[in-house]
Amino acid sequence: MAIKAPLRRTGPAAAVSAPAAPRGAVAAANWRESLFRRAVTGVVIALALVWLVPVAWTLDTSIKPETSTIIIPATWKVSGPTLSAYSAVFSATDLGRWYLNSAIVTVIVTVLTVITTSMAGYALSRGKFRGKGFLFALILAGIMIPPQALIVPLFRELQSVHLINTYWALILPQVPAPISVFIFKKVFDGVPVEIEQAATVDGAGWWTAYARIALPLVRPTIAAVSIFTFVWTWNNFLWPFLAATSPTMMTIPVGIGTVVSGVGVVNALQMASAVLGALPLVLVFLFAQRQIVEGVAGTGLK
Amino acid sequence: MTTRAMRLPATAARSRTRQAQRRRGNVSGLGFLTPFLVLYVLFLILPLVLDVVMSLFNTSLVLPGLGRFAGLGNYGELFGDSRFWQAMWHTIAFTLVSTPPLVLIPLFFAIVVNRIRRRQWFFRLAFFLPYILPSAVIALIWLWLYEPGYGLIDGFFSMLGLGAPGWLSSPNLALYSIVIVTVWWTIGFNFVLYLAGLQDIPRDLYEAASIDGASRSRQTWRITLPMLGRTTTLVVVLQIIASLKIFDQIYLITAGGPNYATRSAIEYIYDTGFTSQRVGYASAASLVLFVVILVVSFVWLALIQRQERV
Repeated sequence: MAIKAPLRRTGPAAAVSAPAAPRGAVAAANWRESLFRRAVTGVVIALALVWLVPVAWTLDTSIKPETSTIIIPATWKVSGPTLSAYSAVFSATDLGRWYLNSAIVTVIVTVLTVITTSMAGYALSRGKFRGKGFLFALILAGIMIPPQALIVPLFRELQSVHLINTYWALILPQVPAPISVFIFKKVFDGVPVEIEQAATVDGAGWWTAYARIALPLVRPTIAAVSIFTFVWTWNNFLWPFLAATSPTMMTIPVGIGTVVSGVGVVNALQMASAVLGALPLVLVFLFAQRQIVEGVAGTGLK
Repeated sequence: MTTRAMRLPATAARSRTRQAQRRRGNVSGLGFLTPFLVLYVLFLILPLVLDVVMSLFNTSLVLPGLGRFAGLGNYGELFGDSRFWQAMWHTIAFTLVSTPPLVLIPLFFAIVVNRIRRRQWFFRLAFFLPYILPSAVIALIWLWLYEPGYGLIDGFFSMLGLGAPGWLSSPNLALYSIVIVTVWWTIGFNFVLYLAGLQDIPRDLYEAASIDGASRSRQTWRITLPMLGRTTTLVVVLQIIASLKIFDQIYLITAGGPNYATRSAIEYIYDTGFTSQRVGYASAASLVLFVVILVVSFVWLALIQRQERV
């Protein structure tokens, strides 16, 4: 047992050099294990490459002339790469308008969500009003409500006040996110209350204590909630699909969804629109990879 | 107390403001909650109440008001509606088939990638990038990959000298094809959850184990997997809830076809409420799905509480 320890502890680097001189059963087992580990690593690297194939194929098709997308069997070779499919997307669809709609809806939803849920979280963390326990329970219960199962009554509600096909209908129902309230309450609970008390003594009101003192202390949470809300809202399909039926009110996912049922040979055009539809989020991802990944990891709510 | 130096009101005035503050504090605590609460009630609670009410009426999409009172008629009809149960079954079948790969594959990827250490960004990019793409983009990409004859997948099959099956046109295969799409698309979320879970396992557990002579694979079975128990509960339940809500990719890729072979519960609700315009009936169907999801959520809560007690 004592012999094994130093071998093991040195980790993969030592394990790699070990098979050079396999002596005895321990070394043989070592060698087998390191071979196995390397094989497994190789499999995962290969699968990671496989995972990128659909993306590569999309890019590949998008720069082909339409006629060379209908070759059997499919080929990666691009003869005469062209960007004509990209310009065709802009002339054949309202893509520019969809970008604008998505930007408007997503930015406003994100800002409103962060403001309202952080305020609510702050109130639940610091407030001493009557019914607080009940309200917190009510909001917690909301985490369980799947909005997708409530599309019919929600549509009916907005239809009855004539808001379908307006920004109001696209934006407002997407704002209340009980999970964000919960996240903010938890993080505010972790901020020592003494800092704000000192300020309150000096006559600072709730607003100052919240906006000037508490909020700056929870900046990482604000970033995580913002990015998450942004990605989620930008990608949301079901509700905007119902709430925006006129092409001029559609967001990117809904608009791109209408391209799915294209007629004729439009493979390159469809792939170009897939690339254009994915582009804003890919950029967000490349710039905020860390926050997005940490935001997901934070779902664990440790 | 340095902050106090910034403002120096008269002592009497200050104690008065302080009292006012305390009183105002009680109210403004509630005031801070109000903006969220208003939206929450309007767009989550009210629809829920409305759903229950409308499920008792023959409400129509194109007529104002609730329509004729139907009592439990909608539910009676629903329980005998084979189309509804077919859609519910597709949703459950999709959940049963998609959950194991969406839990096990990311677990495997995360354990291996966590050991690689170098170039982790590459794996994050490969596995997580699809997750942030909109469903419509996913649908476009995969319809083209599955395209009979011209598609890349059929091209691959013919390269191997094999005939390709009708990925989306065969009623027996279509749902599995959708599962493949979903695995490719959403695996990154669980992958990242597992990576985070792995980072939380204390290093010294492994050190102690190797001093005791436990092999690497033994450490994986005896330390890594048990320590990921909580993460796995989270991943499984979030995955089940997400799968029960499936709509986007099925609607966009097969539109529920061929011959309703892939129609999910949400799509059934959509078809009933918006195409057949039977809002009352669709509300009853929504409530059934809602209850199913709620039950799963409660089971999760119970599981978490038990794990926390241990």
